Amino acid sequence: MALSTIKTASIANDAVTTDKIVNDGNLGNKNLIINGAMQVAQRGTSGTSTADIYTVDRFSLGHGSPVNAMTFEQSTDAPANFKYSLKITAGTGASAGTTGYASLRQAIEGQNIAHVNFGTSAAKDITLSFWVKCSLTGNFGTNIRNQAGNRAYASIYTINSANTWEYKTVTIPADTGGTWPTDSNIGFHMQWDLGAGSNYDIAAGSWTDGTNMFGVEGTVKLTETTNATWQMTGVQVEIGDVATPFEHEDIGATLRKCKRYYEMIDTTIFQTNYSSNGLGNFAWTEQKRATPTLSADTNPDMTLHAETTSGGYVYKGSGFTGNAVRGLRGASEL
Amino acid sequence: MIIENAKYVKAPLDNPDNKNTAVKATINGTEMFVPLDLDNADFIEIQRQVDAGTVTIEEAD
Repeated sequence: MALSTIKTASIANDAVTTDKIVNDGNLGNKNLIINGAMQVAQRGTSGTSTADIYTVDRFSLGHGSPVNAMTFEQSTDAPANFKYSLKITAGTGASAGTTGYASLRQAIEGQNIAHVNFGTSAAKDITLSFWVKCSLTGNFGTNIRNQAGNRAYASIYTINSANTWEYKTVTIPADTGGTWPTDSNIGFHMQWDLGAGSNYDIAAGSWTDGTNMFGVEGTVKLTETTNATWQMTGVQVEIGDVATPFEHEDIGATLRKCKRYYEMIDTTIFQTNYSSNGLGNFAWTEQKRATPTLSADTNPDMTLHAETTSGGYVYKGSGFTGNAVRGLRGASEL
Repeated sequence: MIIENAKYVKAPLDNPDNKNTAVKATINGTEMFVPLDLDNADFIEIQRQVDAGTVTIEEAD
């Protein structure tokens, strides 16, 4: 309904309240998903799946035998109002059997879901929405589970037309049970089942206790079909039982959020001339979730030390031959 | 996660007791330095594989 068509006479005096707008409405910064428009890809724009590998920032893709490796890319094929999607292409088709798997997930930090109140009597519904395009049609599965992996809810979405962008929404009812951490570790995983084995499948539509539940029974498994493709963008998880339009945000804001979990310092760190240890200092542009794991694109056998969540230093290793580190990367993923 | 060549390292500064401060390892083919932080997902996985007996960590030089 266009705003101009709302008449005072059609709204009861008490229908719109401050409480409804401020406390129940999604006024902004509503998306629990980070990088839902697939814009940030600090590690690169394409790759091949492993047991668990990050694709575009915050989204990780994993597969396990007998499922074969998938490829992924940040694609410019996207629905209207989006620039990118994440495209996944199955390898040689294979059944997952009982313990094979293929899954895309985003782990959401506990501190960011505290207001969802899962595991308490004040728990709220949440709604997942996303755009999807697939070379296959049928019922596909998505799943939310807690950090321990012992509490999960599976949902089904239907792809009606092959190779066509479709908008999907799934409402997940409030969970008053289970344990949902609200600290700096994983609050919950949002997962898309691309080929989970039968040991990991659960029935859709009810909260379930168990172990390693990230698949959905009775759904299409992408990785069973050679070279099948699946793309997604515009991913949003918000409080409430209604999907609202995707919240586009400026690229700087998204990049800053991503850097809490992964950052590359795209410059050279030289050792100083004032220390026998060959020290060179660095500071992250965004404080990390936890003390990060360090690596570098070019490293002449210097040792990398993450002093804190804010920065650290490099120093000479036993085989030191050079004087600089380039492409320093810090990862504090969930 | 494939973890190879794991070895403790010690930072030279702000380490008066000369304690181990990280694990240097080749993880999925890339050399990485993993801090001994219980909130670091890579360290948690290294510990899991050590407990499972599939990874051992060499002492620091």
